[in-house]
Amino acid sequence: MSKSLAIKWIVIIVVLLGSLALIYPNYSWYSKPSAERAKLEAMGDRPERMLNLGLDLRGGSSLLLELDVSKLSNKEPLNEAMARAIEIIRNRIDQYGVGETLITRQGEKWILVQLPGVANPEAAEALIGKTAMLQFHIVKNDVTGAEKAIAKLEETEEPYDQDGILKPEIAKLLPEGYTIFRTKDGGYSLVNKEPGVTGADLENARLTMYGENGYPEVSFSFNAEGAKKFGKLTGANINKQLAIVLDNTIQSAPVVQSRISKEGRISGTFTLEEARQLTIVLKAGALPAPVRVIEKKTIGPTLGEDSIKSGLSACLYALIGILLFMIIYYKWAGFISSVALVLNLVLLMAVMSYFSATLTVPGIAGIILSLAMAIDANVLIIERMREEKLLGKPIATIIQLGYEKAWSAIFDSNITTIIVGFCLMQFGTGPVKGFAVTLIIGLTVSLFTAVFVTRAIYELMLTSNPKEISL
Amino acid sequence: MMTFFPKTNIDFLKYRKVYFTVSILIFVLGIFLFATKGLNLGIDFTGGTMVQVKFEQDVDMSKIREALTATGQESELQSYGHNSYAVREKGTEENVGEVQARIESALSTLNVPYVVEQTNFVGPTVGQNMKERAAWAIILSLVFIIIYVAFRFNNILWGTSGVVALFHDLFVMAVAFALTQREIDLVVVAAFLTVAGFSINDTIVIFDRIRENIRLHPRETFGKLINRSINETLSRTIITSITVVGALFVLYFFGGEALNSFSFAMLVGCICGFYTTVALTTPLVYVWTKGALEELPKEHKPAHKARATEKKAVVAETEEKPAPAQSTAKKAVRKSRRNRR
Repeated sequence: MSKSLAIKWIVIIVVLLGSLALIYPNYSWYSKPSAERAKLEAMGDRPERMLNLGLDLRGGSSLLLELDVSKLSNKEPLNEAMARAIEIIRNRIDQYGVGETLITRQGEKWILVQLPGVANPEAAEALIGKTAMLQFHIVKNDVTGAEKAIAKLEETEEPYDQDGILKPEIAKLLPEGYTIFRTKDGGYSLVNKEPGVTGADLENARLTMYGENGYPEVSFSFNAEGAKKFGKLTGANINKQLAIVLDNTIQSAPVVQSRISKEGRISGTFTLEEARQLTIVLKAGALPAPVRVIEKKTIGPTLGEDSIKSGLSACLYALIGILLFMIIYYKWAGFISSVALVLNLVLLMAVMSYFSATLTVPGIAGIILSLAMAIDANVLIIERMREEKLLGKPIATIIQLGYEKAWSAIFDSNITTIIVGFCLMQFGTGPVKGFAVTLIIGLTVSLFTAVFVTRAIYELMLTSNPKEISL
Repeated sequence: MMTFFPKTNIDFLKYRKVYFTVSILIFVLGIFLFATKGLNLGIDFTGGTMVQVKFEQDVDMSKIREALTATGQESELQSYGHNSYAVREKGTEENVGEVQARIESALSTLNVPYVVEQTNFVGPTVGQNMKERAAWAIILSLVFIIIYVAFRFNNILWGTSGVVALFHDLFVMAVAFALTQREIDLVVVAAFLTVAGFSINDTIVIFDRIRENIRLHPRETFGKLINRSINETLSRTIITSITVVGALFVLYFFGGEALNSFSFAMLVGCICGFYTTVALTTPLVYVWTKGALEELPKEHKPAHKARATEKKAVVAETEEKPAPAQSTAKKAVRKSRRNRR
């Protein structure tokens, strides 16, 4: 064996072993029963570099949220606000205890949240979608000059907009410095417009199972800054009502008995689940601006399982069919191509695992295209070799010319398709991007297996000086 | 050596008018279909809500339709077999969950237990954005393909023919979708892109062979060269098509629901792609190149008539200098070959 051939084979063997090592975690993970996987996942014991299954294959829900940029405070730049919103949503979800959630920014003001296999997507949605803006306002029910506004409010069917803010035509009738919030039971209450203190100064929040009225309660504590503000507010307003406003709705309005600084609690007629969610969102902090769900996709686990089962088995049949056809039609050469094709799949899986890529249905389409182009590369090479063989050339020349002449076509078509892949990656979202990623990886890998590996096999074969080559 | 057919020598260019007519007919039919039936764009692009449920017992489809009509909202009902149905309301502007709740309450009036298998809500802004991005991705890809092919083959006509062929494949797929009124969702868009990839691949294989044959047989007319190239690559074209189409048939029949519309699109695209490769791409190059040649002054007119006189000229000149232009394409390739040396 020549030195260069030996190097080629060392490269191939190293790549193969490396790939198998990268694929092994997938095998050991996915062969575990799903209950055990879920448990490990919740504990964060999931192998890091592993192929992920997209929601269309494993079931789950994905939410696309839009940050209401118009409600951002003027000082905060969009990028910072988005980063903070993502961070806060991540905190909330982590505390809720859902495994492996992908949260990514999409475009300018969109956030994609992918929740795999969540049994109750509505609860998760409520948790994520809450702005959790906590404010404390002093109630001023006896303001003179507010009568007109109250009259107008009472005759308006929907006096608040969808975010719970008083509509401007009513707000403008109010005297300066006051606003009206709705209460949880459907009433309303006139309060000071400026909050004395907000949830931004919270330090912690805790769930109390049985509060004063037998309902669950959420108690909270302020940081130093917040304690100072809260002490000032309560100290100046003893015997007045303090409205605890969450997302523009008054949760409760207890009467201030004495000066309080550090601690407080929100009581109301919460259910346990509501109180739990409130605790989580208060702890994680308020979103910089309200978010709105603009896309929501949920796929039941059985449907995902069905599609992966039938999809995988069909792909397997198709692959076996292709391999048999190649071997029957091209004999020994077809067999070598088949080896390369299988190797192609192994490498593809390994690279995807390394990048923790997500496999989706469009992703499978990308793999199919790259496999088809790998087959085509082999067909091109073998057909060229056949042409040379018909001209009666010696075996070594047949092989050399076969590769040399087929190369420009293989190279050009792969490069063109890779260019398309990059365009799609740049502009496509979600599924189209998944397609592009597998396509680019697949084509790169197939150039290696279909050209480099098969040639190394032929060259190894040539070392034994065969008289005949079966094509 | 196992072969399906003997070495061919078919004059593909002879029937080019037939192919062009067929393609124009398909084009007209397509425009007619788009105008009358239109494409069934999925909620990924139109925005709206889809709810897919599976009933635990057999339910009459007309009963379901009745229950849905009773809500007073227009919706589409589609059966997925095994008591599984999808209800779609397109272009709705409501907030998330509202339409879903309405559909589910309508289905509950049937008093047959069901499980919700899949739900989709797409807001109108998202649908619009998806459409724009998909369009940009496709336009950008096409521009880059033209540039790359034009650069590699030194001729803008070739790049353009490749893109025309690609468009032709995509168009036929769109016609098939308009005809069957299958829904176009993001997965189908992926199939369109895949076919685009195949189409370029096929085109480049033939162009590559023409480029090589121009070098090997510089005295042959351009028409003969093209026929020779198509014939020489025909076995490759057929074998690759057989493998891919065979694999797609398996996916179509056994791949399950998620891959069904994908494999349908791919089947149409690949079968059409085979035709396009053989019958459209290269004849187009031929016709356009010929058109370009006819604009040349008479004494430069190539091909067999002028050959006798040219021969003398070539003999008289040094070997380095190639024969006078036989075609713009050949000239270009020679130029690139010299540059590479």
